[in-house]
Amino acid sequence: MAIPEATVTETRPDAQITEEVVPLRHPMRYVAAAVVLALLGCAVAGLAVNPNIEIGVVGQYLLENQILHGLWLTIVIAVVSQLIGTVIGLIVALMRQSPNFVLQGISWLYIWFFRGVPLLVQLVFWADFGALYQHFVLGIPFTNVHAGSVLVNSVLTNAVAGIVGLALAEGAFMAEIIRSGLLSVDEGQSEAAMSLGMNRGRMMRRVILPQAIRVMIPPTGNEFISMTKNTSLLVVISAGELFTQASNIYSRTFQEIPLLVVASLWYLLMTSVLTIGQYYLERRFARGSVRHIPPTPLQRLRRRFA
Amino acid sequence: MASTKTVVVEAVDVRKNYGHVEVLRGIDLRVDEGEVVCLIGPSGSGKTTFLRCINHLERINSGKLMVDGELVGYRRHKGKLYELNLKQTASKRAEIGVVFQHFNLFPQMTALQNIVEAPIGVKRESKADAVAHAHKLLTQVGLSDKADCYPRQLSGGQQQRIAIARALAMRPRLMLFDEPTSALDPELVGEVLDVMKRLAGAGMTMVVVTHEIGFARQVADRVVFMADGVVVEAGPPSQVIDAPQHPRTVEFLRKVL
Repeated sequence: MAIPEATVTETRPDAQITEEVVPLRHPMRYVAAAVVLALLGCAVAGLAVNPNIEIGVVGQYLLENQILHGLWLTIVIAVVSQLIGTVIGLIVALMRQSPNFVLQGISWLYIWFFRGVPLLVQLVFWADFGALYQHFVLGIPFTNVHAGSVLVNSVLTNAVAGIVGLALAEGAFMAEIIRSGLLSVDEGQSEAAMSLGMNRGRMMRRVILPQAIRVMIPPTGNEFISMTKNTSLLVVISAGELFTQASNIYSRTFQEIPLLVVASLWYLLMTSVLTIGQYYLERRFARGSVRHIPPTPLQRLRRRFA
Repeated sequence: MASTKTVVVEAVDVRKNYGHVEVLRGIDLRVDEGEVVCLIGPSGSGKTTFLRCINHLERINSGKLMVDGELVGYRRHKGKLYELNLKQTASKRAEIGVVFQHFNLFPQMTALQNIVEAPIGVKRESKADAVAHAHKLLTQVGLSDKADCYPRQLSGGQQQRIAIARALAMRPRLMLFDEPTSALDPELVGEVLDVMKRLAGAGMTMVVVTHEIGFARQVADRVVFMADGVVVEAGPPSQVIDAPQHPRTVEFLRKVL
C-alpha cells in the first residue's frame, strides 16, 4: 500500500475544527510599549528644547575641518592598532600552544603584563618614553658600536605612541581570543590532519585557523569596536584624534555639551558601521558550518516589497 | 611452504600507561601484508590506544612496536636509534591511512578538496594528478557525484566513505580503522562496510577496530580479542568468533551477538 504524501491539499473531514478559534491576546504589551514611548518622547523633547544643547553649534562643528581631521586620525589609529594587535595576538597565541617552554613562558608574561596594567597608564608611559630612553640605537648593546641612532622623541610622536600603546595592549587581549578560537576546534581535526602527514604549520594554516576564525569573529568585532572607542583615551596624550580635537575646541570656546554631542555622534556612526560589517562577516564564515542561513534584514525587506 | 609476505606491523610486549593507569599491558600482535586484522573487545580494552600507537600519535612506554620493519618513533643510523623529529614523524604518518569513528572531515572544504588537500600539500603532487586520482577514488567509494558537496550536506555514511577516500589518496601501505561505523545510523553501516570489503579484497593491509562481528567474521583473516590491555585470544574468525576458547571471549561474544 502506498505511503500517503506528506503534503495534502485538503483537510480530512474528521480532522476539521468547526468552532471559532480565538487567539491569545497580550494587551499589557501594547500598554507598556505606549508608556515607554511616551517617556522616551518626553526625554527627547526635553533635550531638544534645552538651550544648553545648542543644536546650532552641533551642526556648525559636525563637519568642521578640525573635527574631520580628528575623525580621520581616529580611523587610522584604530585600524592600524587593531591590525598590529591582531598580528601580535596571533604570534603570542601560537607561542602559548608551543611545546617549547621558553616560548610558552614569554607569551604568558606578555599577556599577564599588558592585560594587567591599565590602558591609560600604558598610553601615558609610551608618550613619555623619551624620559626612559633618549635615543633609538641600532647596534651592539653595552658597547659604543652602532650603525645609526635617532632621537626617541622625533620618532615617537604622540599619535605613534598612541598606536604603540593601543597595539601592544590589544595584542594581549587578541592572544586570548585567538587561543580560545584555536581551542574551540575539535581535537579530531588535528588528529586527522596529523594522520595525513601534515606538519603543525600546515595543519594550523589549512585546517585549524579557518575553523577557528568563525568562533573568533564576534569577540574580535567586539574588540575593534572597543578599540575605536579607546582611541578617545589618547586625549590625555594629545594625539590629535577626534576627542582631542573636540576637547581642544571646547576648551577654547567653552561650548562643552554641543562638542561632546558632535564627538558622540561620530563615534556612534563608526561603531554602527562596524557592527553591521561584523554581521555580514559572520554570515560569510557561516557557510561551511550552518545548514540554513536566515535572510538578512535587508533581504527580508526586499521580499516584503517584491 | 614459508610465507614470503612482509610483516607490516609487529608488536612485542607493548606497554603503555597514562600516568598511573596501565592501558596496554603487554600486547603481542603481528600483521602481515595484505592481511585484515579485526580488533574486537569491550570499551577500555586499549584497542583504540593501540591503534594510535601504531600511527605515531602516542608513545609506547616499553616493548617493541615496528611498522614496516622500523621502530615507531625512531630511525636506525649506524647502530644507534635516533628519535624522529617532527618532520620525520609526519612523513611516517603519511604512509599510514587512518579512518576515524567521527570521520573528522575538514568542514570548510568540499569532498574533493578534502581528498586532494594532503596529496597536494604534503606529497607535493600536481593539482591535476591529485584531482584525477581523487575522482577515481570517489568513483570507487560510489560518490562521484558528491565531489563538490560540503561534509555538512552529506549523510554520515557518505562522509565516512569520503574519509576513506581521503585516507586512500595518500596511497598508504597500511590502513587503520577506528570503529568506522560506530557513529552511523544502522542503515548507513552497510555502505561503509561494502567499501571496506572491496578494499580488503583488493589486498590492502588493514587493522580494524570494530563492533561489527559480522564484518569481522566475513572479511577478517584474523580476529584479535582484547580486554583490559592484553590480547586474550587471537586466531581466524572461525575460531575466535564461532568457537572461542577463552571464557572472557565467550562472555563478550554472548553479550554482543
